Amino acid sequence: MSLIRFYLSNSREVAGLLGQHVLLVLVSTAIAVAIGVPVGILLTRRPSWRRPVLGLANVFQTIPSLALFGFLIPLPLLGGIGARTAIAALVVYALLPIVRNTYTGIVGIDPAIREAGRGMGMTDGELLRLVELPLAAAVILAGIRVATVVGVGTATIAAAIGAGGLGVYIFRGVAVVDDRLILAGALPAALLALAADGLLGLVERRFAWR
Amino acid sequence: MTAVLEVRGLGYELPGRGKREGGRVLVDDVSFSVAAGETLVLLGRSGSGKTTTLKLINRLLEPSGGEIVLDGRPAAGVAPYRLRRGIGYVIQDVGLLPHMTVEQNVGLVPRLEGWAPARISARVRELLALVGLAPDQFAGRRPHELSGGQRQRVGVARALAVDPPLLLLDEPFGALDPITRAELQREFKGLEGRLGKAIVFVTHDVREGFLLGTRIGLMQEGRLVFLGTAEEFRRSTHPEVRAFLEAAA
Repeated sequence: MSLIRFYLSNSREVAGLLGQHVLLVLVSTAIAVAIGVPVGILLTRRPSWRRPVLGLANVFQTIPSLALFGFLIPLPLLGGIGARTAIAALVVYALLPIVRNTYTGIVGIDPAIREAGRGMGMTDGELLRLVELPLAAAVILAGIRVATVVGVGTATIAAAIGAGGLGVYIFRGVAVVDDRLILAGALPAALLALAADGLLGLVERRFAWR
Repeated sequence: MTAVLEVRGLGYELPGRGKREGGRVLVDDVSFSVAAGETLVLLGRSGSGKTTTLKLINRLLEPSGGEIVLDGRPAAGVAPYRLRRGIGYVIQDVGLLPHMTVEQNVGLVPRLEGWAPARISARVRELLALVGLAPDQFAGRRPHELSGGQRQRVGVARALAVDPPLLLLDEPFGALDPITRAELQREFKGLEGRLGKAIVFVTHDVREGFLLGTRIGLMQEGRLVFLGTAEEFRRSTHPEVRAFLEAAA
């Protein structure tokens, strides 16, 4: 009950942090989609690049998030204190599921369907636009969904480098050993992740063609 | 009568990648020609090279030798996608795009060719009626909502969409039950006469070949070992021809 009182008396701050958090995830996921989907498509055209590229994305994934945020700070352009650095780190984490699902979604299409498309006289671009992307859409969206949900969680750590978001309460709560404060950040972050998961799940189902 | 399709000394060798399969010759020195209104049936066992021959004609595979001439022009000089839009292609079973409706499937090549939507829609209705599917009932359905026979009808309609002079059919009725198959064969026989297309029809079913073919070509291990009318086929003494006739008897 004291949590509700906390939210009521700090409603402006809570809304601000929630907004920052959503923005961090939205911007980073959008950038990751803009990079990851084309890279995934490229891998289907250049199969020999698959191992090194997915391998690299995998390695990024294994870097502990707090460490990655720390590593990025001294870098020029990407680095520094604030939202820009946090977004760069979140993009790095979002890339792997998006690239991997784009690749497997397209490669998993029955080769006979692809050949039927080519047999009708589709150019490579038409095949991609009219056959491969629509048929792989559900798998690609599943990757974006995973990336988004993970992003909501990871973005709480962005507060450590001054990027704001709901993590601010968590770090503050840890610093002053106040469970209520930790919960004030963790609970909305968890609900946000669930909401994103449910929403993208609905979108995903619209693209399942069977 | 000029030939719509002329195939001269066609050959295809699997690209050698140092593997066991590398360098294997799948099609070896195959020559034939097909005129408008004529159906050439390519018969042969599985692996005899008949499907490969079809794919060489529309360049889903690149020939390693020989020449293909379409309407007097060498096919090698045309961009593959251009070439394929001018050739109707029907394959067994999975030829329809599963995420598109019947209307979108049939109207696909016209759409690629940039036809106006109203013209595409009118053409689709005309074609569905031609293959015996009520347009109002079927245009909005997806392939998985159709029976096997209905799918093949849609496949034939799609191949005819831009009225190409040449049709390639790869065992189009192979996956159907015997009754539906007989029905579609009869209807296709009727279409052949009305359309006046040059047709290459691949099958391993001798009876289907006799019913639909103006001429029959028999392939064995990549070579065309017999080419002639059904009558000549029956009289031939070639061992592979005899084997096929005995199997069908």
